Amino acid sequence: MKLTVPAFLGRMAFSALAALIGVVFALPLIWFLFAPFNARAELGLAIPNPWTLSNFFTVFENKFAMQALWNSLIQSVGGVILVGAAATLAAYALSRSSIPGKGAVTYVLLLFSSVVSGSAAMVPIFLIVSAAGLMDTHLAVILVFAGGLLPTAMFILRDFIDSIPKSYEESAMVAGASPVQAFFDVALPVIRPGIVVVVVWAFVNIWGSFLIPFILLRSDTNMPASVAIYSFYSEAGTPTVTLLAAYALIYSLPVIVLYLFVSWKFGFRFFGGIKA
Amino acid sequence: MSNRLRALAFGLVGATAMAGPVFAVDLEITCRCVIGGVNSGTAQWIEESVIPAFVAANPGVNVKLNQFGGEDAQLTQQLALDFSTGAGPDVSAFDGFLIPSFVEGGLLKSLDEVAGPEVNDWTGWANLSDGSKALMLYQDKFYGIPLGTDVRMIYTRKDILAEAGVENADTWQPTSWNDILDAARKVKALKPDSFPIQLNAGVAMGEATTMQGYWLALLGTGEAVKDADGKWIVSSPGILDTLNLYKTIYVDEKLGDARAQLLADGRNRSFANFRDGVTALLLEGDYFYRSVTPEGSEFAVADRDNVMGWAKIPAQEPGKGIRGQDFVTISGGTGFVLNPATDAPKEAWALLSFMNEPAQLEAFQAIQPRITARTDVAIPNSPFLTETSQTLLPLTTARPNDPDYNAVSAEIQRMTESVVSGELSPEEAMAQYKASVTKIVGEENTVSL
Amino acid sequence: MTTESTTEKPKTKGFALLSPRAGAAFLTPAGLLVAVFVIAPFFWVIFVSFTNRTLLGRTALNPEFIGFGNYLTLFDFDNFFQRGQFGFSLILTVQFVLFSALLGQALLGLLLAWLIQTVPPTVKRITETFVIAAWILPEVVIGFAWFAFLDRDQGTLNMLLTSVGLPPGDFLLEHPFWVIVFFNTWRGAAFSMMLFNSAFSSIPPSYFQAADVAGASSWQKFKDIALPLIRGHIVTDLILITMWTFNTFTPFLLTNGGPSYRTELISIYNYRVAFRDFEFGKGAAVGVIIMLINLAFALVYLSLGRKKRKA
Repeated sequence: MKLTVPAFLGRMAFSALAALIGVVFALPLIWFLFAPFNARAELGLAIPNPWTLSNFFTVFENKFAMQALWNSLIQSVGGVILVGAAATLAAYALSRSSIPGKGAVTYVLLLFSSVVSGSAAMVPIFLIVSAAGLMDTHLAVILVFAGGLLPTAMFILRDFIDSIPKSYEESAMVAGASPVQAFFDVALPVIRPGIVVVVVWAFVNIWGSFLIPFILLRSDTNMPASVAIYSFYSEAGTPTVTLLAAYALIYSLPVIVLYLFVSWKFGFRFFGGIKA
Repeated sequence: MSNRLRALAFGLVGATAMAGPVFAVDLEITCRCVIGGVNSGTAQWIEESVIPAFVAANPGVNVKLNQFGGEDAQLTQQLALDFSTGAGPDVSAFDGFLIPSFVEGGLLKSLDEVAGPEVNDWTGWANLSDGSKALMLYQDKFYGIPLGTDVRMIYTRKDILAEAGVENADTWQPTSWNDILDAARKVKALKPDSFPIQLNAGVAMGEATTMQGYWLALLGTGEAVKDADGKWIVSSPGILDTLNLYKTIYVDEKLGDARAQLLADGRNRSFANFRDGVTALLLEGDYFYRSVTPEGSEFAVADRDNVMGWAKIPAQEPGKGIRGQDFVTISGGTGFVLNPATDAPKEAWALLSFMNEPAQLEAFQAIQPRITARTDVAIPNSPFLTETSQTLLPLTTARPNDPDYNAVSAEIQRMTESVVSGELSPEEAMAQYKASVTKIVGEENTVSL
Repeated sequence: MTTESTTEKPKTKGFALLSPRAGAAFLTPAGLLVAVFVIAPFFWVIFVSFTNRTLLGRTALNPEFIGFGNYLTLFDFDNFFQRGQFGFSLILTVQFVLFSALLGQALLGLLLAWLIQTVPPTVKRITETFVIAAWILPEVVIGFAWFAFLDRDQGTLNMLLTSVGLPPGDFLLEHPFWVIVFFNTWRGAAFSMMLFNSAFSSIPPSYFQAADVAGASSWQKFKDIALPLIRGHIVTDLILITMWTFNTFTPFLLTNGGPSYRTELISIYNYRVAFRDFEFGKGAAVGVIIMLINLAFALVYLSLGRKKRKA
């Protein structure tokens, strides 16, 4: 298709604007590209001279901080599996069955979860976990996150499933599949992009969260990286900028890798339906 | 300590699995300390000295140190939640001023209630000074053993004072607030960009504002936060004078760095100011000497032995301080407490008392000299701490042992902030303080002078 | 299509794909988790909001039922609007939501989603990556990055400003509210962008091709074709980002709620009441009020979405 001159100029302006916004978004993060590789970093932006990996070596030697990355991974992956599976099943049921009152359920739960995500609810959550004998376990963190993130995950996924025509499963059932088979064999592959969005969202939430693991865990060997990062604060309570920057970079890598992998493999789509 | 319910649920499994060392007891100890991080010396002491020695002397007992790297208030949260459910470490570091509110909340029990009457037979009690014993005492009962105490003073940059023409800069000792202000004005005249004095204020610094700022001025007016009858003073000439001092320093004459009082990382900015020679006079505890400025630390003052000095904090006018004193200071202190629901009270007490025997305390002094609670443990190789503690401990005051102190202290921090930021006049700020404190403690417990 | 279907009866035949029993089985795992970790704490919060329970002090052992006492204290009009009090935080938070969620995240996200439909793939990928990076990076990291970015003496922002001849600013101290507004817009725009991007790409391209033939401008296509079709998605987006912004705690890492409580959002106020002062009863009451406000917002969005569709 040929472009007219005004349309071409318009497109140029669009590109320029998009690029400008991109740059503005990048600015606060540029510091993290340099500071970890600088032996003497401060809050100012400075190109390392010379570039060095010494900060990373120091961080790698900190067993507590390394263990914390592993703990973060256990908690995030565990939480994500639970949220993803439970939310998919529930959202599908809410979309495709005729359970009475299902219309309002996701809204009501969403509002409930807005109370529970506040710090007032940390106390009952602590009491429940403590009564269940799960204090200071990964499982406690996984379960609490799963419960807390589920309402929103169900809300997003239900929107997604509602936007998929029922004709897929209907034709499968006409061909003799049971409803459960229709879910697993027909619906699930179509819902997958939505699940991916929820998985990334849940992973990012758990990976970065400080308060819940802080309230529920005690042993330093169980703490996730969001808590362990404070071990790079000096005796006086100030951040050791170089080590903190290096650790922050390592700590950020998994979410970046996850995003790149997902956007390469699936792309981000919030809604189903058929693209014409 | 393992959780009760879990212990119950796995009791059967445990009974069969524990066929080996039947009497093995696991103890946990927590402090806000991380090797290489906050309170590194304490962590090192417990990990490298206390635990090996204790385990060697008590076969069958395992001790684990839980290093906690967060803030003081966060450790308080964790301990309060844990103690309220019967969980938590068996022995924990604890700030003395929190004892009343924990006890009233049923979260702490006195040592003899937890571990039995033999607690009172411990020989160490006789060797604790009365002042330090009071740190862990509430309603005539001991809730923990104090580890150490502290004192507050004015730190000086002798080099800057001399440069600004302050007389006797090396041995400078102000005798009134005006002496301090005059010295600060001289420095300001010489270096208009400097902020010669640091008197903590504001919400961001938390208790450091109350203890290293407000109290030190207020005591100099002859008042305290509570009067002799135990009523909270909510409106008085002393409060007003104190607030006016803040106003002079931070608003009228810009002798202090108001930004450092308001920003989230302000306390560190104030340390950096002193290190960089922006500030010449800084009111702090011995902690500043012990942990903030030694060689190799982030806020190390170059050539510290020669450029850094100290002075007693004068009252507003000679003789006008609390109890008619010429000089004032205040002390707080930390110690260790026992978990009221510990599974192994005898062993926990054994560990607590073991830590506080001279042998272990001396090992601690070797790692990091500090003012001890015990009179039979000397401070080695630290003329500074020896001299300041001998001079200042006789002058010192303690915070009120009151469950409401914490909440009132937060109001004090807010009051100073509203003056330092220039938002309220001292009179308005005090009126707000009066209203807020009255709400917290009830009108019958307040008094206006 | 989206949210509307939840407020109306499904249109297709009335035939359910899943039997109620299978549906119930599918709901069980989520139901259990939500019951234990959302619904139970929710009712605890409601209950405790009517007591004077604290963590420390006498009322920890023997909390009393005080009816609406906590709510009355919160709405005490003696000092309601004073900084550091509930009213101040409430008004601050509403402004924060209006500026950073509605005007910031939603509008910027909409603009970005529209822009990247047409720009070359390289620009699209780079812009998208940075916008999304702001959203996915852990909050501790983000908090520290912004702290370094805004530092008065050494920060990147002032370095840039002075290099183009503008005066440097003391942003965290002088304009703390606008700092957290920009911060939250920056942090959250990605979600709206991705959601709207999905919404736009689910519109059949033939609609736009017809408009192109008729010579419509980009603005006309946006206003007359895209916007009406994604109305439901906008409602979804607004409900979620309003709730998240109401509850966000991340600005605390930047400002600690200060200076002088000037950035003490209601979530930070709640944290202070519940976890610094340990007043659980009062903290719970704040939580309940936050929920009621979220409810009000959600109802407004839903009714707006419906009204416009009928018109």
